[in-house]
Amino acid sequence: MSDPAQPAAVGRRAPAPSRTDQAVIRNFCIIAHIDHGKSTLADRMLQLTGVVKARQMRAQYLDRMDIERERGITIKSQAVRLPWEKDGQHYVLNLIDTPGHVDFTYEVSRSLAACEGAILLVDAAQGIEAQTLANLYLALDADLTIIPVLNKIDLPAAQPERYAEEIAGIIGTSGPDDVLRVSAKTGDGVEDLLNAIVDQVPPPHGDPDAASRALIFDSVYDTYRGVVTYVRMVDGRLSSRERTLMMSTGAVHETLEVGVISPEPIPCEGLVAGEVGYVISGVKDVRQARVGDTMTSSGHPAQEPLAGYQHPRPMVFSGLYPLDGDEYPELREALDKLRLNDAALFYEPETSTALGFGFRCGFLGLLHMEIVRERLEREFGLSLISTTPNVIYRVEMESGREIRVTNPAEFPSGNTPGSPGDGSLKANTGGKIAKVFEPVVKATLIAPSEFIGAIMELCQSRRGVLGGMDYLSPERVEIRYTLPLAEIIFDFFDQLKSRTRGYASLDYEPDGEQQANLVKVDILLQGQPVDAFSQIVHSDSAREYGLAMTAKLRELIPRQQFEVPIQAAVGSRVIARENIRAIRKDVLAKCYGGDISRKRKLLEKQKEGKKRMKTIGRVDVPQEAFVAALSTSRQPDARR
Amino acid sequence: MPGMLPDGEPAPADGRLPEASARAFGASPFGVYVHVPFCRTRCGYCDFNTYTATELAGGASQAEYPALVMRELDLARRVLLATDNSNRRGDGGASGVDNSNKRVATVFFGGGTPTLLAPEQIGNILKKIDETFGLAPDAEVTVEANPETVTPRSLAGLRARGVTRMSFGMQSAVPHVLKTLDRVHEPGRPQQCARWARQAGFEHVSLDLIYGTPGESDDDWRRSLDAALAAEPDHVSAYALVVEDGTRLAAKVRRGEIGAPDDDTLADRYLIADDVLEAAGLRWYEISNWARGDGARCRHNMLYWTGGDWWGAGPGAHSHVGGTRWWNVRHPAAYAARLAGGRSPAQAREVLTAAERRMEEIMLGVRLAGGLPLTAVTGTASSSTERIVASALLDPAAYRSGRLVLTRQGRLLADAVARDLT
Repeated sequence: MSDPAQPAAVGRRAPAPSRTDQAVIRNFCIIAHIDHGKSTLADRMLQLTGVVKARQMRAQYLDRMDIERERGITIKSQAVRLPWEKDGQHYVLNLIDTPGHVDFTYEVSRSLAACEGAILLVDAAQGIEAQTLANLYLALDADLTIIPVLNKIDLPAAQPERYAEEIAGIIGTSGPDDVLRVSAKTGDGVEDLLNAIVDQVPPPHGDPDAASRALIFDSVYDTYRGVVTYVRMVDGRLSSRERTLMMSTGAVHETLEVGVISPEPIPCEGLVAGEVGYVISGVKDVRQARVGDTMTSSGHPAQEPLAGYQHPRPMVFSGLYPLDGDEYPELREALDKLRLNDAALFYEPETSTALGFGFRCGFLGLLHMEIVRERLEREFGLSLISTTPNVIYRVEMESGREIRVTNPAEFPSGNTPGSPGDGSLKANTGGKIAKVFEPVVKATLIAPSEFIGAIMELCQSRRGVLGGMDYLSPERVEIRYTLPLAEIIFDFFDQLKSRTRGYASLDYEPDGEQQANLVKVDILLQGQPVDAFSQIVHSDSAREYGLAMTAKLRELIPRQQFEVPIQAAVGSRVIARENIRAIRKDVLAKCYGGDISRKRKLLEKQKEGKKRMKTIGRVDVPQEAFVAALSTSRQPDARR
Repeated sequence: MPGMLPDGEPAPADGRLPEASARAFGASPFGVYVHVPFCRTRCGYCDFNTYTATELAGGASQAEYPALVMRELDLARRVLLATDNSNRRGDGGASGVDNSNKRVATVFFGGGTPTLLAPEQIGNILKKIDETFGLAPDAEVTVEANPETVTPRSLAGLRARGVTRMSFGMQSAVPHVLKTLDRVHEPGRPQQCARWARQAGFEHVSLDLIYGTPGESDDDWRRSLDAALAAEPDHVSAYALVVEDGTRLAAKVRRGEIGAPDDDTLADRYLIADDVLEAAGLRWYEISNWARGDGARCRHNMLYWTGGDWWGAGPGAHSHVGGTRWWNVRHPAAYAARLAGGRSPAQAREVLTAAERRMEEIMLGVRLAGGLPLTAVTGTASSSTERIVASALLDPAAYRSGRLVLTRQGRLLADAVARDLT
């Protein structure tokens, strides 16, 4: 029996790629906090729709990289095409897997732009977290249909009633009964969820006859295939026989292959409006196929690109140096390789008197930084020292010149207005500093209401300005602050976690810049500045930083044959000082016949150790001292 | 002798030396060291290779010990003199090497507690050494002794059998310090021993002192120095207490029961020792050794520090001949078994490279009052000598006359100077 109301292309068989009618397509993503079960839910969907057989199933199928699997988070999104039959009708569900972290907000927004619907997945034992809330707001802004789902209902600690109420309150349109309940682990409720997607998520409504426009929402470098670009066809059709044009750069590329993922790549003739798939074009570097860009056919190009493209901007900077100076070429090679797959990674060579040759690297955020560092160490076998992360500063000089500072050591030494001093240290840039600007973020924190005081105290101490506060439920509160980004990239996460016993979650987004009374604190050994330890801080915290750093170095630097003063200075003004007393005894008392071999070997070892030391002025500093001084409690922990 | 043995290459079972080292034998003065690995009790700070009677079982008793040492001396003769029998006992030869050096210039009985052996036993070993290599007429023969193990009679017995020098382990004159060190002798006993030794006819008497024991004050240390000097030794050794791994003392420090001596305190104590000893007419000639005139220096130890050759007999003993160093197995039972099987007791050896020999020459020579000739330092290191003189660690007057001699401050930083000179 046929139903004349059904679209012509829709039959009793699963629609083939490149000729799927938009009416049967449902493009959706899952918004969830880490550990709330997104990947497990995706796995269940792969199984239930039959694209992965149970015995092939490995946990978290879509998370490909080892680090992703180990950390249980998704760095790179992917898209998988799932066939689903409901009421005798074949549908195509495209699950677009989004990254789950604040650093990749822009990538999240592009993934959302490729969808018509989003599953809001919340752990029934924990409730919604700040990250999820932020992404939910992004989805609502993008006009997506939201399907709220509580996961882990099989857990004894689950409180589905309580959190259904909370979610209904946040979304505003649905009641608590509209919140679906599933267990991604057992599969309970997942079938109903797939049916709800068909029923609730609207089909795409692009113009199939217009010039082709495809939104790039991910781009992945593959050693064998080159760059694999994931796209959502918005309008028109892209054929595997056409050349493509990137609308932001105007670059034209051959098309080698077009296909869909289900969940392995399946080549096809092309992609039509509403479909989701991949394009391989022989591009060797993901920067040539950037997320957010619009891909069109070079033969019949579209006139207007899709809205919303942004060039990725690094927010957090750090110096990366090989522990063994001889590994500098290997580090360069490794960064070159990583960049093939990471359009947001920025780096340029830099030289430090303390650490030798290395790179100043720019990252989207702390997690991005941690991931890059971990991949360099794990995949390329490098041992690295990283300097304390910093943000980018904009310095206006009185001369009108403007300087962008990504390395604190390069901060001009001129005086800031109103600060004492004779201005004798105008050294490197000439002239005085007029104004300094630092990036600020809008931060959202969600926590049980008992921690409001603790959170406010922390944010106030980090120069935060309260933006507002809302109760999500009688027990949980959302607090909004404007904070300097620099204050967050220090030990903010650790502090937040320890002050709220791990219950608080945090999200932030860039919110422009502000002028601030910032100074550079230099650390000097015997009068010689140690560039790796220079830091830009608010003038109120300068002394605190100076005291902490000088005290730490006093412990870490071995005594020398002469007294070594350690100073912290702002310009020419010393704000903290410690002394390493001269060593008085460095001799073994006994050296008889049986001691000679042992003593010679000891001397040889000590000489080797001395060779590995860096010499600042006359002071020998073991590398371990740099590592220890830089890896403080201020080391970021991006896992929240 | 320290407890830890260095790593090395395997030593041949017959004890044979590399040819170059064997040929070099005779080019430098030659000494014999005899290790006596017995103590009545073990001191808490000691990591030397020594055993109490109860720790020893089978094969290596005190009574049989001299015979074992004599077996090793037979091996020494085979190894050192096999190719050149005519030169035995220092007869003249045409080889161009000064054969008087093949006679034994110095003998040192160390321990452990050598005086747990009877004077006759020590005398017999000495006789064996003379029969084996020939003892030089002016040979120095030192015996180390714990004060509680000697009497006027035993000292007279040692002197009568050819021992020329006694070295007593005094350590301290202060009861609470001796207690911390687990020393069993009564305060005053070492000084009495020194006087007995003089009466027995010993010209050379040395006292060993330790400074920096936990709980010791500067005044305690002065009292010990004064007490030692009152006994009129012609030689004093003063060592900083080193807390060696694996000792009872190290365990106490680790548990926080006593505080480890800190380097600044040790530096202060060293300077006190140097002041007091120099004022009493003893002159430093090695970092931890002071003597009343050149004739009172320990010639056996000087041989260690100036590249001399020596055969060390006994378990764990170290030897050096012509650029090869080797060391015996540590345990007396294993040592006895090796010799019983006709094999060398050497556990391992190292054949020094030219660079290693140069490093040792500098490392050891710079510790001596005579210092090093400027020409001993070569390459890039020679550019640092000026700077070391400028930092007041090397004596400027000696430097101008072509020698590198440590200043008092330099003695305290001798290892740093040695690193800069090598």
